[in-house]
Amino acid sequence: MNADDQALLEDLLEGKHRALARLISKIENRAPGYRDLVSELYSHTGSADVIGVTGSPGAGKSTLVDKLAEAYRERGETVGVIAIDPSSPFTGGAVLGDRIRMASTIGDMDVFVRSMSARGQLGGLSTATADAVKAMDAFGKDRIIIETVGAGQNEIDIVRTADTVAVLVPPGSGDAIQTLKAGILEIADVFVVNKADRPGSERTVQELKEMIDLGEGMGVDAGHHGPGGVEGGVFDDGDADADEDEKTWSPPVIETVATERKGLETLMGAFSEHTTHLEESGQLAEHTRTRYAEEIRTLLRGDVHSLLEAELEAAGGVDELAEAVRRGETDPYTIAGDALGPVETCLSELDHERLGSPSE
Amino acid sequence: MGEQEQQSIRCLVAKVGLDGHDRGAHVIARAFRDAGFEVIYSGLHKAPEEIVQATVQEDADVLGISILSGAHNTLVPKIMDGLEEYDAKEDTLVLAGGVIPDEDKEALKDQGVSAVFGPGTSIEETIEFVRENAPER
Repeated sequence: MNADDQALLEDLLEGKHRALARLISKIENRAPGYRDLVSELYSHTGSADVIGVTGSPGAGKSTLVDKLAEAYRERGETVGVIAIDPSSPFTGGAVLGDRIRMASTIGDMDVFVRSMSARGQLGGLSTATADAVKAMDAFGKDRIIIETVGAGQNEIDIVRTADTVAVLVPPGSGDAIQTLKAGILEIADVFVVNKADRPGSERTVQELKEMIDLGEGMGVDAGHHGPGGVEGGVFDDGDADADEDEKTWSPPVIETVATERKGLETLMGAFSEHTTHLEESGQLAEHTRTRYAEEIRTLLRGDVHSLLEAELEAAGGVDELAEAVRRGETDPYTIAGDALGPVETCLSELDHERLGSPSE
Repeated sequence: MGEQEQQSIRCLVAKVGLDGHDRGAHVIARAFRDAGFEVIYSGLHKAPEEIVQATVQEDADVLGISILSGAHNTLVPKIMDGLEEYDAKEDTLVLAGGVIPDEDKEALKDQGVSAVFGPGTSIEETIEFVRENAPER
């Protein structure tokens, strides 16, 4: 690591906001040296609780995140927010607007809000988000909230960086709940029906509960009780039924009106309840392991990809090869095989034990 | 590693003070986005402290301040002082836009504003200026 990066790291650990901001930029830009910096960060992390918030556009994510940040600050905790917006696949440009809603914590630098956008990277945004979380964790943030539009696989990968994931469902979205079934349902640890003062909210809560029940009835390790611990938006943590089966977590459905801070305490209660559940059931370790396994894989995919990109460039660029395929001289499989061949040979000659864990 | 560096110019488009005229800011935000920049839009009626907070946290390369209320002589210095406090003044390209009389432009530039774009400035000109002058980091 060069002297500048060393200084940056020291500034960050000392709590300088500018350094944290700059390091996140380096992570986003894949700037030279960012890998060493992130490696260094790991030994300073592990104290932050990470919450993911996702949901359809207009569900009220930014407002809820803003109010959550405010409430956590009132408890004396420091907060980091990573707000993720899509970017244009055509120009790479993006308008990151989540900050507009972050008005409750004006001038409070202990709420660190950072907007990020996808930059057309291969699985890159989830890696960049995970790295940015590490940076905020090392900086000393107690709570880190990741906010993203829950539209596709990319976003699901991103919120998986969090230990606890809240999925926001706007009231009256009967049909929207249908679309939630695939993918989103599985990642939700807590459902939030925000804007609960709007008509149709009760029905939405009911539909969600039915859906959770149905999912549990069909799951492999199905729970045998109703939506655990929560009835009508009131969190009841002394539920004997919930104690009975510690291993399974049934996502509670919580009603909030974020603009008025209604239901916020209940929601925060559910978050800490979930954290406790993860710790006590031993799922936290498993969760973390799965996440790191994915991070390792994503990193390797990206690295191998750029190695081979460089190889293609050296061979005169992918266009020429594509032209050869068009003329019928070769095919994509042959080219990929030729490019990968030496890598495979090289790896087969290596000692497979070399990656073993350092403790062994 | 042979990893590609992916740099993008980050711009904060900021509306500060009490005027509610944000059409210009919207046009600029959209144009910057289409030029491939990452734009963070502050929203209306922001206080100077908020702009400073956002510029620092977002690590913005460029801060574009839109003021149509005539309060630029009060608001801009507050922002510049705030940036200085967080060591962000030196390497942030600060631009001002809106209705700013010629006689005030020099004073703003002395404060650290790199350029003042008044009514009639073409969008291309502004984008070109940002491309050429965005700080190397």
